[in-house]
Formats: sequence, structure tokens, C-alpha cells
Amino acid sequence: MPGEGHRISIWFFIGALLGVYGLLILAAGIWDLFYPSGLPQAMGHLHAAIWWGAFLLVLGAIYCWKFWPNGGRGR
Amino acid sequence: MNLPMCLLAATGAHVLTMSPVDLVIVVLYFALVLGIGLYLKRFASTGEDFFMAGREMTAWIAGLSFISANLGSLETMGYAAATYQYGILVGHAYWIAAIPAILFLALVMLPFYYICRTHSVPGYLKLRYGEAARSLSAISFAVMTILMSGINMYSMAVIMKVILGWNIHFSIWVSSLTVAIYVMAGGLRSAIFNEVLQFFLIWLGSLIVPILGLIEAGGWKGMVERIAANFPGQDFTHMWRTTGSFADNPMGIHWTGIVFGWGLAISFGYWCTDFLIIQRVMAARDLRSAQLGTVIGGFFKMMVPLIVILPGLLGRAVLPFTLVSEPEAIATGAHSYNEVLPLMIARYCGPGLLGLGVTALIAGFMSGMAGNVSAFATVWTYDIYRPLIRKTASDAHYVTMGRWCTILSVFVSIATAYLVMFFSSIIVYAQVIFVIFVVPMFGTVLLGMLWKRATPAAGFWGLLAGMVVSFLLFLWVKLDPSAVRYVAFSPEAKDMADNIYRAMWTLVANVVVTVAVSLVTRPKPQKELVGLVYGLTEIPSHGHLPVFQRPGFWAAVVGAGFVALNLIFW
Repeated sequence: MPGEGHRISIWFFIGALLGVYGLLILAAGIWDLFYPSGLPQAMGHLHAAIWWGAFLLVLGAIYCWKFWPNGGRGR
Repeated sequence: MNLPMCLLAATGAHVLTMSPVDLVIVVLYFALVLGIGLYLKRFASTGEDFFMAGREMTAWIAGLSFISANLGSLETMGYAAATYQYGILVGHAYWIAAIPAILFLALVMLPFYYICRTHSVPGYLKLRYGEAARSLSAISFAVMTILMSGINMYSMAVIMKVILGWNIHFSIWVSSLTVAIYVMAGGLRSAIFNEVLQFFLIWLGSLIVPILGLIEAGGWKGMVERIAANFPGQDFTHMWRTTGSFADNPMGIHWTGIVFGWGLAISFGYWCTDFLIIQRVMAARDLRSAQLGTVIGGFFKMMVPLIVILPGLLGRAVLPFTLVSEPEAIATGAHSYNEVLPLMIARYCGPGLLGLGVTALIAGFMSGMAGNVSAFATVWTYDIYRPLIRKTASDAHYVTMGRWCTILSVFVSIATAYLVMFFSSIIVYAQVIFVIFVVPMFGTVLLGMLWKRATPAAGFWGLLAGMVVSFLLFLWVKLDPSAVRYVAFSPEAKDMADNIYRAMWTLVANVVVTVAVSLVTRPKPQKELVGLVYGLTEIPSHGHLPVFQRPGFWAAVVGAGFVALNLIFW
């Protein structure tokens, strides 16, 4: 299976990217909460960037943990 | 739909403005796909590694890659626009024009592709019918792939210019060279791994629009009520109810066209014989994984309307202005149908989310482009170069050829993209070319798999007859537009309906000629058909496995979902 043995799993790469994206989007959402950009945005009061960023961060963290190279939880 | 040219003509100002965090998200994406390709280079040393990804993919990886290669942004943007224009009727592209064919591929056709250990669909035709059928299909596939790749590349560049203000040449060169580097380095494995990554980005970047849209509209019911209030007297939310007559729906199509033209000829031709798609599941580690991967792909295909059709409908419900046809948009400066998806992204996505949404669009383009490039490299090397140019060479030589062919195909695609820039009408004919080359393949391959009597001569002449009839019908309507009443059974038929009915006639011609020629020519001896034809091939049974591990069970689940969705949205 890709990811077993010496090869890094594609799921780890996906987890890493989603984790970083989640962090960036969450940070941008929190920044926007305190310093609103003022751009017109529908449903802006729901602060989607915060909860969607948090969701991506958690999802990415789970994939990284489970498919961490050489010794992840998923081996 | 002539999406890119319309967009280019329609507007001078771009739709979205990205912040620094959005740009960081896009740059990170490019860095990672390149990194994955270069990392996988060390694992692509043999032909089996480079062209077939070592045939070691799991069901999930094969399945997600299978559907990602199909999920191009040009298609998603085009279908979202068509949904705004025609309503949920467009959703047939994802259900009846996909799910039956995908399940048929998984359960009936894939075992033959897999058991004969061929490298490609033209390779199967060589084993089943001989060199003539293989050469015809390989050359037509290669031409079509390069053309489609160039059209997609140019379309992406135009869309990036319109929605982000990016320079067309910058978009073409950066995205195509990125794809070239990662496919050239890691071969099909790199293309597949990146497609899985792109699958996640496409979904996670797009899903936020329907979620927020449904909240704003007050759920599905609220959305339907808003559409009815905004556009009284028009039905945008039923899939079959308006197809009893050609005149009752804006596409000018009857349900027979949807079922037999779209759902049978085009759909089965594409999903069951287009090597670009099938190559992904042929790289699975065993037949069961290949079948399960195909069913997984079918499930996600069935869900695509969530991120394509729903945003188009939500545009009708929540946008404070009405989108108009392209000529009207050009004349008045209003937004056109084609801009509905970027407009919906701009409506809901602030800094960060916008970068993710744009990355989803770019990922969609690149997954389609990588699919074209990797499939072309395989067909060129194994079905054109090896049999017709250099029959005996080492495996290393063919891998080197595959790598150079990858980079060469990207440059030819770039040249095609520039050609399209100067001869924009080529885009209009893309769907016509697709029907000419892909639809006849289905009849030839299917008869080859299921009928021992189909002969080598019939394989070639049936394929050629389908292509010729398709081209002649197109030419007939082109020269005499009133002929559409014969080809598509109604003068009301629009371009899309004309294509759909022409596909049906193409398949009929292909099957009739294949059967007729078979009956008057000599078939292959049965011993040469073992492993290729039903009745002479031992299909592995999954009967000993628990029911939850059988492809047939999951295919039944997806099939039941398909029926339920059609009934719910009837």
C-alpha cells in the first residue's frame, strides 16, 4: 500500500496541507473578527473562516497523526 | 458551452480580489504538488511504475483519482452556469449520464480490462481485434487528448484572467509546466497522488458555498420558494417533469434523448472506454480494489451536484441581480450566467476561504490536465511508438520515451492553447470531436467483450463507421440547420440536444456495422480470445468474501441512491 514501508503516504501529505490551510484560514478568520475588512460579504456574521478553518485544522491533524511517516497510528 | 470565449468577451474587470493570505494558500498548493512529484521520482524507474503506477493503488486512492481526473473546473463552472440557465435539469450529467455507466464499468467491463493485463484501452482492442483497430483508436485518442488538453489549458487561463486578473500567458505556462514536471518526474503514480490531493481541495474549497447558500436561503425549501418568487412561471427545480415534450424545457430535449443519447451513448462511451479515466482504476492493486475504487468514484460523482448544481440554483435564489446571456452581458455590462460560480465564491468567501476556493478551481484544472498528459504518454508509448515505430527496445528506453513524451505533450498542448486563442471556434467543436472519437469505442469494446463472434475486421470497420457517421451527421446539420429535425427528432432541439441525439446515431451505426461485418468475416479462434471475452474468461468470484467487502454490494447501494435521488427530484 502506498504509505507503507519507506514511502510517505499520500494521506500524510493531504493532512499536512489541510492542517496548514486550516491554520491560515482560522488565523485570517480571527483577524477579521477583530479587524473587519469592511468588504461586503453575505453571511459574514457567521464567521465561516473560523469554523471552516478549525474544521480543516482538525481534519489535517487527524490525517497527520494517523499517517505520520514511520510510526504513525495508522501503521 | 463556449465558456472561456464568452467570459473573455463579457467583462474587463475581474470578479475576485485576493488578499496576501489567499496568495500564500495558492503558492503552498503549487509547492506541494511539485514536491510530491519530485519525491515520487525515485519510485518510477520501470515501465510498470511509470505508466501503471506499479499497479498497487488501493481502492480509495484509485477511486478518488478516477473521479478527480473527471472533475475539471471548466466542467464545474460550465455546469454551474448551465444550471443557472436551465435549472436542475443539468444535473442529469451527474446522475443518469454517469452512474449507470460507472457501475457497468465496475461490474461488467473492468474485469476484462484488468484480467488481460493490458496497459490501455487501445491495448485491449489490439488483443481482441488486432493492430488495425488498436491503431485507429490510439491515434484518434492521442489527437483528441492533446486537443482537449490545449482547450482546457486556454480555458483555465482565460478564467483566471477574468476572475482574478491574472495574465493569460502566466497562467498557461505556470500551470502547464507544473503539471509537466510532476508527471514527468513521478509518472502515473505522481498524477494519481496529486489527483487525490486535488480531490480534497476541490471538495473542501467548494463546499462552503452551498453550505452558506442554503443557510441564507432558508434550506432547500426556502431556496425553491425564493426561485419561484423571483422567476414565476418557470420550473428550475425538477429533473424529469418537463421532459415529456421538446418544447417544454429550455434545452429542447425529450426524455428519450436524455436516456438513450446522454445516459447510454455519451455516458457509456465516456465512462467505459475513455482511457484517461479508466487508467486510474487499472492501476489498482487487484481486481476487487479496481472495482471498489470505481464504485467509490461513482458515489462521489453522484454527490458532485452539491458543489456544482446547488450553487447554480442558489444563484437564482440569493443573488440580488439577474444573470443574463452572453450577448446581453456584452451589450449591457451585466454579469453573465458563466460567472455564477465565481460570483457565489465572492459572495461568501472572505480572506483565507477565498484562497481555498481559488485553489479548488486551479486544482480542478490541473487534475484534468495531468489526466490528459499521463494518458497520452501511455497511449503514445505503448500503442503508437512501440508497435508502429520501435518494436523492440528495453523497458528503460520506453520509460525515457514516456518522460520525454510527457514534456512534449505539454508543449504541444500549449501550442494548441495558443492555436485556440486565434481560432476560438475550435472550442465550439470540442464536444463534436468528443462524440466522433469516444462514442464509437463503446460499441466496439462492448461487443468485443460480450460476443465471441465479433471479428477483427468488424472491430476496425465498426469503429470507423461510427466516426464517419458522426462526422457526416454533424456536417449535415452544419450545412443545413433544418436537418436537426431529422437528427434530433425536433426543430426545437438546441446544440446540446443535437450532440446528444447524434451520439445515439453514432452508437447505432457502430453497432450495426460491427455486427454486419462480423457475420460475413472470419472470427478469431476461441483459444485466442481467452481472458478477453465473456464465456471464455474466468471472472474471479467475490462470493467467499463478507457482503460488505463485495463490489456488487456497494454498487447496489450506489444504484439505490441513484434511483432515490431521481425520484426525490423528479
